[in-house]
Amino acid sequence: MTFLSYLINGLSLGSIYAIIALGYTMVYGIAKMLNFAHGDVIMVGAYICFYAVSAYQLPPPVGILLAMVVCTVLGMVIERLAYKPLRQATSLAVLITAIGVSYFLQNSALLLWSSTTKIFPNFFVIPRGAETSTGFSLFDGQLNISYVTVVTVLACLVIMLALTWFTGNTRMGKAMRACSEDKGAAQLMGINVDTTISVTFAIGSALAAIAGVLLCSAYPTLSPTTGSMPGIKAFTAAVFGGIGSIPGALLGGLLLGVIEILAGAYIGTQLQNAVVFAVLIVVLLVKPAGLLGRQIREKV
Amino acid sequence: MAMLEVNNINVYYGAIHAIKDISFCVEQGEIVTLIGANGAGKTTTLQTISGLLRSQTGSIVFEGQNISSTAAHKLVSHGLAQVPEGRRIFLQMTVEENLEMGAFTQPNAGIPQDLEMVFEQFPRLKERRRQVAGTLSGGEQQMLAMGRALMSHPKLLMLDEPSMGLAPILVEQIFEIIRNLNQNGSTILLVEQNAQMALSIAHRGYVLETGKVVTTGSGAELIQSPEIKRAYLGG
Ligand SMILES: Nc1ncnc2c1ncn2[C@@H]1O[C@H](COP(=O)(O)OP(=O)(O)O)[C@@H](O)[C@H]1O
Ligand SMILES: [Mg+2]
Repeated sequence: MTFLSYLINGLSLGSIYAIIALGYTMVYGIAKMLNFAHGDVIMVGAYICFYAVSAYQLPPPVGILLAMVVCTVLGMVIERLAYKPLRQATSLAVLITAIGVSYFLQNSALLLWSSTTKIFPNFFVIPRGAETSTGFSLFDGQLNISYVTVVTVLACLVIMLALTWFTGNTRMGKAMRACSEDKGAAQLMGINVDTTISVTFAIGSALAAIAGVLLCSAYPTLSPTTGSMPGIKAFTAAVFGGIGSIPGALLGGLLLGVIEILAGAYIGTQLQNAVVFAVLIVVLLVKPAGLLGRQIREKV
Repeated sequence: MAMLEVNNINVYYGAIHAIKDISFCVEQGEIVTLIGANGAGKTTTLQTISGLLRSQTGSIVFEGQNISSTAAHKLVSHGLAQVPEGRRIFLQMTVEENLEMGAFTQPNAGIPQDLEMVFEQFPRLKERRRQVAGTLSGGEQQMLAMGRALMSHPKLLMLDEPSMGLAPILVEQIFEIIRNLNQNGSTILLVEQNAQMALSIAHRGYVLETGKVVTTGSGAELIQSPEIKRAYLGG
């Protein structure tokens, strides 16, 4: 039963990684760049929601929505100001810029919101008389599952289905797939590549806001560096699953979450991250393009 | 006034001067071909007309409008379409999705009808409409690239080496289709290394050498010219 409980925790953490990994993978697929600032957008989303709910007493759904709006705009502004001018630059220049944006966001957060750790409220509770319940028990109290866990896993599934539908059925979604394969050819079809990239950043950043709220609801400490580690883990998950692949982000995220929690439980928390990255290295040795990634084919 | 007028364009790749002051025109209803050896600058010329590359000088005028600084994606609604070198179809998308991408600038309502139009022209594509484009043979991929371009109802269709890498029987078929399209009213700018085939269907041709137009004339004249015969027609 403890194993089951670890597994559920792993799936929940993995769902958060998967939602973040989607942002990395979609942006990589279309703009062919690693947006290292993505993790910090998560942190911004969490702060916006935190202040909206704690300081301005807005209802949590409004706080989440506000965080999504702010992050969407932030993502599009970052793309427009920092990355778009570098469209023709080397990937190293873009990578360094992305790291710069990441530090810029962290330091801005430090200035705006100070380094004091905030305790993020848990919205996912059900009032029960005088008390509030944060979860439920199964098997006569042997297995406790929090509502955050349930919401996180469900949110991940819904986002996954929605994105799969979006890229498979809508005009913009198909334009994204076309751009990810061949930007020149996409332009010859009349697709505006700049708009498509901008929309990709918008979607990725809105998802980052959701991930930020879910992350801080499960692990309720919020500081300007909150997004870094989950950002790196989610990036790892994206590579693990095959960068550029949407199902790969889901698989990579879930596996990474489960491996991390199980390694922490059975091997020890000090070695937790070492195990995670060791597994990544082994997978990449066997499948260099990741679990579901496509091997880059030579153009004929 | 010609449908397309290319006036004194110069295109560079960094320090490489790929197109040196090229001018030519395409009249409505014509098949015009640009022939020349590998590296002569044919692809660069088409990419510049399509807006994917920019000329430092001169102008590109399409139906009286200077399009030399118009964004590439906007040119499709002006009536320009290109079948690029190497086809560049979307290999991970299905045949039908590729065709839909060709109709990206068209209203949704007309797309089913246009799909039927393309399927009539290329019945093979209809059989494979749900298949991922990467699994098509070279000839089928070329047909898909052409069908995709036709989905935007172009006034001027530009084709970059449509015969490249195809078996002779397929080459015949592709050229037959180009001729048909032209007879049904399409204006065509055809880039080819297969000078013999291209000149045999073209009204006029331009010969490119290292980024310059060196000769021009009607298809019949060029195919008879001893110089052209020696350089491009293998005797
Ligand atoms: N991306 C590029 N970068 C640098 N030089 C290029 C590039 N593409 C083409 N060139 C050069 O420009 C010239 C014209 O090439 P291209 O237009 O592809 O010729 P063609 O289509 O007639 O074979 C050639 O010398 C070629 O080497
Ligand atoms: Mg060429």
